[in-house]
Amino acid sequence: MPALIDIIPQGKRVDAHRPWPRLVVTQDIWRVVVSELAAGRTTLFGLWGDADVVPWVHMAIIDDDAGDVAVVSLACPDGVFPSVGALHPPAIRFERAILSLYGLEPMGAPDTRPWLDLGFWDVQHPLGARTPAPAVRPAYSFLPVEGESLHQIPVGPVHAGIIEPGHFRFTAGGETVVRLEERLGYVHKGIESLMVGASIERAAQLAARTSGDSTVAYGIAFAHAVEAAINLEAPPRARYLRALMAELERLANHFGDIGAICNDASFSIMHAHCSILRELVLRAAEICFGHRLMMCRVIPGGVVSDLPADGAVLIRNFLMDIDRRFPRLVELYDNTASLQDRTVATGVVRAELARQFGASGYIGRASGRNFDARKTPGYAPYDEFDFTVPVLTAGDVNARVWLRIREVEQSITLIEQILEHLPDGPISAALDGGSGEGLGLAEGFRGDVLAWVRLDSGRVMRCHLRDPSWFQWPLLEAAIEGNIVADFPLCNKSFNCSYSGHDL
Amino acid sequence: MRRTLFEGLTHRPLTEAPPRADDAALGEIARQFDRAARRRLGRSLSIREVDAGSCNGCELEIHALNNAFYDLERFGLRFVASPRHADVLLVTGPVTKNMREALERTYNATPDPKWVIALGDCAVDGGIFSSSYAVAGGVSGVVPVDLHIRGCPPTPTEILQGLIALLDAQVAERP
Repeated sequence: MPALIDIIPQGKRVDAHRPWPRLVVTQDIWRVVVSELAAGRTTLFGLWGDADVVPWVHMAIIDDDAGDVAVVSLACPDGVFPSVGALHPPAIRFERAILSLYGLEPMGAPDTRPWLDLGFWDVQHPLGARTPAPAVRPAYSFLPVEGESLHQIPVGPVHAGIIEPGHFRFTAGGETVVRLEERLGYVHKGIESLMVGASIERAAQLAARTSGDSTVAYGIAFAHAVEAAINLEAPPRARYLRALMAELERLANHFGDIGAICNDASFSIMHAHCSILRELVLRAAEICFGHRLMMCRVIPGGVVSDLPADGAVLIRNFLMDIDRRFPRLVELYDNTASLQDRTVATGVVRAELARQFGASGYIGRASGRNFDARKTPGYAPYDEFDFTVPVLTAGDVNARVWLRIREVEQSITLIEQILEHLPDGPISAALDGGSGEGLGLAEGFRGDVLAWVRLDSGRVMRCHLRDPSWFQWPLLEAAIEGNIVADFPLCNKSFNCSYSGHDL
Repeated sequence: MRRTLFEGLTHRPLTEAPPRADDAALGEIARQFDRAARRRLGRSLSIREVDAGSCNGCELEIHALNNAFYDLERFGLRFVASPRHADVLLVTGPVTKNMREALERTYNATPDPKWVIALGDCAVDGGIFSSSYAVAGGVSGVVPVDLHIRGCPPTPTEILQGLIALLDAQVAERP
């Protein structure tokens, strides 16, 4: 990747940062990196603030093809930094969050409205100077909309279903959505602030509860970051068991999603049968790992519980059951024209947008972005397995359903390989304090989860968790444009972005 | 599809026997019902779920109540889309400060008689998030709570035990 190679000699490398380089840069080099992003030569991977002796902003970038990752860091002694979003729109919400949480101002940013801070906290800039919030706060202004006969539909934060809260402001011309604007942050729990000074054990508990549906993925990403920081490797058996849990989590969520998408097109028989498959996964998880969602089963250093003696047999039987049931459901989906009528050509995400936003998971891969963190940059034990990353190009709801179907098939072959080659040995390595900085990655069912930690003598000084939804939520706004209002639930479910993972 | 539907008629249902009502929940909830409310509602309740800050783990298990194994609707319990149609608010999460007002407004929009169930460890007292600047705390600090169902997240069986306790308490002293 020319961009990374060009930049590395110009920045001051931070020795304690592993496994990928972190470079302290000047404003000029920062601007060069931003222009590389804007030119599409590298992809934004994360952007977050940091309060050390002076405030910092860190920007993670990745080369999609080579899998090279780098973090560039800019000190902000004056509380300002050159805006990334000014040239590269995917950064806009990150910058708004940095402004709200740290009070660091992106110079030249196109949008400086608060993000995550909805005006209900007693403090402002809770991760920065943490000053009392002003008594009177200006009302939030949604983007202006102009045009004849347009009307607005405000939805949420409390939605009509068992769903997480968020606000959607639709502007419609007749039945057609001309603009959707999201306002998120309702489930902001202040996880990053709770991480500061926490023990690794407590921080892992918080990471596991950042987005419950991806608790295994968060566990793995956080463990990877901590293990990188203190130069520790989890034992091979632990890494296999992590992969087993990750694939079970992917299966459970994909089954749930495939059914729920069809349900939002009023085809409830798929929902009923997919819910059975999902329940079977969760029951297998409970028997094998002692928790239906496998929460807090992955810890830095390894895993908490080993597969019971009959675990492998149980999972193999369960896979045979899936093999018997799932193909018929796929056939049912494929052969129901009235269902396809709803999903085909609905909620299209253009390939250029998926590429520009670095959209991961089924959203990116249904729109031609061939990226899966298990392959690039890749992590153990996936390099030992034979599996493919399905990619489609249509970018519609139908493609996102098919992507999940294909990923279910891949997860099943992965689980078979994991069970076949599961090594013996310990399931965890002891953590022994340690200091350093680490960046960790894990491919959750929804996309790649990024975790960054700075540790000092076994304490978390700072942790940032970046949910894949950060790059996916903005694409939902684009996907719904020109669709009818009634198709929004269908589009939204096909995205299934995390509110809690995004809101932190 | 024909084969799938036909098998639905000929195969035994997957639905499992209901669990016994949770004793602790019975004790907690029995105090809350007066006779008038019991008469009005019978053995049927409409539930409105409100995520007031959860990590979405609790939502996944609430969803599971609708699958064929637990089949919530056989008990006369069903989820409704609006608080205006609800008898019960099922609230999850540590209540975030950003959701406090929305929860209060949802509560006020629910007609009397109504009950509030706080579901999950976070909903009891804020759980592991309780010391955050962004968290108001447990549900009972914002709206009156009639029943707590603990767990992180509680399993569908545990949720059912709590909900059945709610139903049992309703019919217990019916004249």
